[in-house]
Amino acid sequence: MSKIAIKLENISKQYRIGSLQARYRTLRDTITEAVKSPFRKAASLLRGEAYGAADLTQIIWALRDVSAEIKHGEAVGIIGRNGAGKTTLLKILSRITEPTSGYGIIYGRVGSLLEVGTGFHPELTGRDNIYLNGAILGMKKAEISRKFDEMVDFSGVEEFIDTPIKHYSSGMYMRLAFAVAAHLEPEILLVDEVLAVGDASFQKKCLNKMSDVASQGRTVVLVSHNMEAILGLCSRAIWLNGGKKEEDGPSQDIVKKYLSSYVERGAWRTPIAERTDRGGSGLIRFVNFRLQDEKGNPLDFVSTGETVDFVFSYIGKEEKLFNVTSWFWIRDNFGRELLYFGSRATGQDFGVIPSRGELICRIPRFPLPPGKYTIDLKADVNNVRGDRMNDVAIFEVAPGDFFKTGRPVKGIGLFLCDHSWRFSENIK
Amino acid sequence: MSQDKTTLEVHIKPSGGWRSIDFRELWRYRELLYFLSWKDIKVRYKQTVIGAAWAIIQPLFTMVIFTIFFGRLAKMPSDGIPYPIFSYAALVPWTFFANGLADASDSLVSNANLIKKIYFPRIIIPISAILSKSVDFILAFLVLIVMMIGYGIFPTKAVIWLPFFFLLAVVTSLGVGLWFTAMNVQFRDVRYTVPFLIQAWLFATPIVYPSSLLKEPWRTLYGINPMAGVVEGFRWALLGTNAPPSLMVFVSVAVSVLILISGAFYFRRMEKNFADVI
Repeated sequence: MSKIAIKLENISKQYRIGSLQARYRTLRDTITEAVKSPFRKAASLLRGEAYGAADLTQIIWALRDVSAEIKHGEAVGIIGRNGAGKTTLLKILSRITEPTSGYGIIYGRVGSLLEVGTGFHPELTGRDNIYLNGAILGMKKAEISRKFDEMVDFSGVEEFIDTPIKHYSSGMYMRLAFAVAAHLEPEILLVDEVLAVGDASFQKKCLNKMSDVASQGRTVVLVSHNMEAILGLCSRAIWLNGGKKEEDGPSQDIVKKYLSSYVERGAWRTPIAERTDRGGSGLIRFVNFRLQDEKGNPLDFVSTGETVDFVFSYIGKEEKLFNVTSWFWIRDNFGRELLYFGSRATGQDFGVIPSRGELICRIPRFPLPPGKYTIDLKADVNNVRGDRMNDVAIFEVAPGDFFKTGRPVKGIGLFLCDHSWRFSENIK
Repeated sequence: MSQDKTTLEVHIKPSGGWRSIDFRELWRYRELLYFLSWKDIKVRYKQTVIGAAWAIIQPLFTMVIFTIFFGRLAKMPSDGIPYPIFSYAALVPWTFFANGLADASDSLVSNANLIKKIYFPRIIIPISAILSKSVDFILAFLVLIVMMIGYGIFPTKAVIWLPFFFLLAVVTSLGVGLWFTAMNVQFRDVRYTVPFLIQAWLFATPIVYPSSLLKEPWRTLYGINPMAGVVEGFRWALLGTNAPPSLMVFVSVAVSVLILISGAFYFRRMEKNFADVI
């Protein structure tokens, strides 16, 4: 039996969220309230409770009673949808934030990578930033000096190491940041999704470096949407769902279950109007979703390359809704965000709309290959989040004639785009 | 990697009540404190055209203005010392205090990204904001030495107390800074209040005038403003103004330590919310 590295017992984390305006309170608000109920307010201010806590109605549990034991030398992947509590769990493990209740103990020195290049300053040179970032990540000066050449080598920016990094390209910047991060050698390494950036070969280099770490008997906890990374690095996976631990076991099994849950147990099985797992003020509520073609005929599925309308019906709380913005994402069954559609991006916000209606987004030549996709949806009213829901619906894309050549496209790659071929005999 | 003999044990649980500073942990993070201060200094001197000269220009020009308006026009008494050096000897620690306090008050908010992404004792941030100002202090102090030589003023034995008065300035700015920076996380108004407060505090401190204008026991009570103790201490230690301001300094030390301790407890109390609220 190997020793325990991390032990968590019933860890819960509660966040209080108000409307956006209440986020940063002004002293005036607090003083006005203090006049209303002087002792209570003054006491809560001193107790260090966040912004007159009791007044804000919305409470969300980012984590609920999560318990787990991770052994020394184990590599564990944490998976789950957005908002499942993965990052919150990592923040609690790395002590950036405290749990609301529960207890945990960690044996060993922890290094956390919630982001690469934390604390990088554009005015400083690559050399200075290596030292600064290293120290921020918890390395000792002697340790950084010892690994300095190795880091520079890894980053491949030797020539510019004494140039302020504001002159770096974003690629160079990332490589330097990764170089420092990759040389972090704590007993327990906590990593959040940082591998999602950078070019593929560099990503691979980092993954290799990390699997070195994992095979050296260090404990690794990795949060990722990238199932390949999880399967490649972690022997065990913990699946979080809505802040609770759903499954825990060998990563092969858990990833498979997690992916199939998309179809079987998706939240979209509940009619949209009855869904309660939603956020926002409620000033606007989506009640139905459907697909239709150009002429308004309902569709059961989308065909690749066809024009399609995404129709979202809503009910407003007030007679008139002002300044309504809506947007949605399409994800694949790995949970990857593939496409984004926003009325703000297209400059077509809805000025004033009545309390009932439909918001329609038209997509000409639908660019995704056949497969199953899901939708996450949000809307703001007057710059305040009105409704927010993940997994609003799942829809199927069928093979279609994207290129109008009579040759339907089957599922290869993530997207389709217009292109053409030609021949030239002039060899240059 | 250096391996500790005993494995580090970190407990994760909601913290309640008032906690004191964890000095052992702070000691473990001393290198981070060093690097953050070093970054502040390096960035500041790199981003400005005349760099380090600002450290001197700020107190020097204030001294010139004070000398013209308060020394010449208002004929303010200056304990028998030439007015320029009388005010400059006070402006050197004052500038350190004022800039340190202003930066410390803003320090958590301006380092929000660090706080949200990595753990370390948060108190390192305001401390490093103040420590990084000591380089400015040293530069301005060198000018003070040149002026003393110019005016033919030589310090007495009392000069050995100078580090103590500097420390008093550090403690005061850190104490007040801890209160403000922790409040600033929740109440962004603090950011706008601090410049006013510093301006008012400047005139509440015997910089343009000597505290000897006050009779006892009022002069001793004046020490409630810890910067009064610092400024008069600097003058006494360097310029040899008549009597040591001992009673007043006692009051200043007591008040300043009280602010620091209460500030540290308040900071620790609020600390758990920083990453969630900032």
